[in-house]
Amino acid sequence: MSRDFILHRVRTAVGRRAAQAPAAPPEVELRVPELPLERRIAMFSAALEKLGGSTLVAASAEEARASAGRLLAGRRAVASNVPLLAELGLTALEGVQSGFSTALELRQALERADVGMTGADYALADTGSLVLLSSAFEPRLISLLPPIHLAVVSRDRLLTNLDELVKVLPDPAALTSALVIITGPSRTADIEQILVRGVHGPREVHVLLV
Amino acid sequence: MSSSPLVQIRQTLADPGLQSAIYSSTGRLVEKRRQAISEGDPAEFERWREQAHQIKRHTLENLDYYLELLEKRLTARGVQVVWAKDGGEVADFILRLAREKNARLIVKSKSMTTEEINLTERLEEAGIEAVETDLGEYIVQLAGERPSHIVAPALHKTRYQIGDLFHERLGVERETVPEKQTLIARRTLREKFLAADIGITGANFLVAEAGLAVVVENEGNARLSSSLPRVHIVIAGIEKVIPRTADLAIFLKLLGRSATGQPLTVYTSLLGGPRRPGETDGPEEVHLVLLDNGRTRVLADRAKRQSLYCIRCGACLNHCPVYRKIGGHSYPWVYSGPIGAIITPQFHGILEQGWLPYASSLCGACAEVCPVKIDIPQILLDLRWETVKAKVREDTNRLERWAFGVWAWVMCRPRIYELASLMSSAITTSEGDGWLKSVPALFNLGPIRNWLSQRDLPPPPAKTFRQLWRERAGGGAR
Repeated sequence: MSRDFILHRVRTAVGRRAAQAPAAPPEVELRVPELPLERRIAMFSAALEKLGGSTLVAASAEEARASAGRLLAGRRAVASNVPLLAELGLTALEGVQSGFSTALELRQALERADVGMTGADYALADTGSLVLLSSAFEPRLISLLPPIHLAVVSRDRLLTNLDELVKVLPDPAALTSALVIITGPSRTADIEQILVRGVHGPREVHVLLV
Repeated sequence: MSSSPLVQIRQTLADPGLQSAIYSSTGRLVEKRRQAISEGDPAEFERWREQAHQIKRHTLENLDYYLELLEKRLTARGVQVVWAKDGGEVADFILRLAREKNARLIVKSKSMTTEEINLTERLEEAGIEAVETDLGEYIVQLAGERPSHIVAPALHKTRYQIGDLFHERLGVERETVPEKQTLIARRTLREKFLAADIGITGANFLVAEAGLAVVVENEGNARLSSSLPRVHIVIAGIEKVIPRTADLAIFLKLLGRSATGQPLTVYTSLLGGPRRPGETDGPEEVHLVLLDNGRTRVLADRAKRQSLYCIRCGACLNHCPVYRKIGGHSYPWVYSGPIGAIITPQFHGILEQGWLPYASSLCGACAEVCPVKIDIPQILLDLRWETVKAKVREDTNRLERWAFGVWAWVMCRPRIYELASLMSSAITTSEGDGWLKSVPALFNLGPIRNWLSQRDLPPPPAKTFRQLWRERAGGGAR
């Protein structure tokens, strides 16, 4: 069998016996600077803007609805079933569909939608990234298929950087089958190194911090 | 492997359009990397490089342990782990699975590992449509070519050529604006994604302790390939494993900056297995293929083992004065540039492409930018040494041996040596700038002519050392 053949070759190559415990792996230094929330929000918004995305900050559910309403402007949107979106009244906005429970229905709605509205489990201030864990509430495709992605994040989920994320989530697969870190709109520079946004994923990413 | 690299190199050098495409694109990538590092803390970047080097070393020294750990974690979460000695075994597995699932269409996202084993061709030969979905790879596939750069596969093509290509192959209007070209690809490929039965991606990293396949990209095609089809297959070389999620943080920061000057690429997917109960999307089945294909051979060489540290960022290509002139297609295998020059001979045998370790000025730029600190120049020297040893063993270096034989014979006979050096002064003439541009026709032959055609030599001195010595001794200077 190829498995045993390859493992045998590996052991011969490095001079190890089967089931021999390795020495401890080298220490990895993770650095998480202590920054006040206001500073983190400013960093997040600056980083995302640089990537061509935008950040909206809402102090109340009312403000969140108003901001999202302006952004949607009556366009067709599909929202995930994350409780936060319904709690803020965002799923009740005009043009928003939600509550899909089968793959086929969801996919068909997404093919027609202009906007995909999701939550985000975390955001990373220094890179302007969103972190989404797929779940029964949060499918993978809402943040991916429509041309515009609107993510709603609670500001207490705004981490400083990637180092902090791996400290908080050392074993992501214990919680989810897929974790995605989204850093700005989909892009390519495959043609003459010229930047183009919106290749296979959304060309616009907006984040509503609540 | 292409048969004659020299022909390809001459063509590339003689094509001004291609020269400027390669030179300006790699130049932009160099500049983006430089900017990303200088905007952050360059000392911090150095620290990550050193840590990444140490992590890779540790993991490879204990590779069997981490592979088995990875397998255990993934299997527990419902992923089928398959081991493959070579490309044939990978193709056999996928074709068997495709038959079982009655699959006709496979979407692929960019993966050098699948390029390495010509997976697309193998699948197409078996009657399965396999579509590349990364924009650059899609362009290259439509053109019937192979990628010319690890990160930017269509780097050698201008947008005008791409406009013609889309027009011819897709029957669309001729578009030369990259935005519009991208939209054409988006629409065409979206159809494929929605219809595909199987999605194939590579993996940039495999995290052993956490049981993750990590895929890094900018376009979203890898996310689509791993989310839409019912079956997702990950194909990765065995060297891709790292111990912990914490290590991943270091590598992700290095990879984005080194490859394209991004602190993080747009999408980083940490995949832990098939969809779970209650989830509305995601693949029902996930398979991980662990590929050897020569890696264990490289692993066995302690000094050159670090060739396997490579995270395929392409920085050494962009900074290489040789790559920037001859381009990716001049290299005989899918891995080009300095990293290609060191791994191709190790995977395919030292004499198969013996010229590769010599296709370098040993300037050291590659080692300076390598995010995992692979000592590429040293490995090139080691490979040169091995090439010579292999030639001696195979007795294919007769001319060289004869030349050194003559040289040794002359060096052992002082009078003949003196005669030879006097002759060299007498028969050569230097140009106005003091350099020797040519040698007498008698010596300007074969390999000597090739060598001299690219080099000027300092002329022999007017007086030889021996003459000077005798004059001094005769004049009683001391």
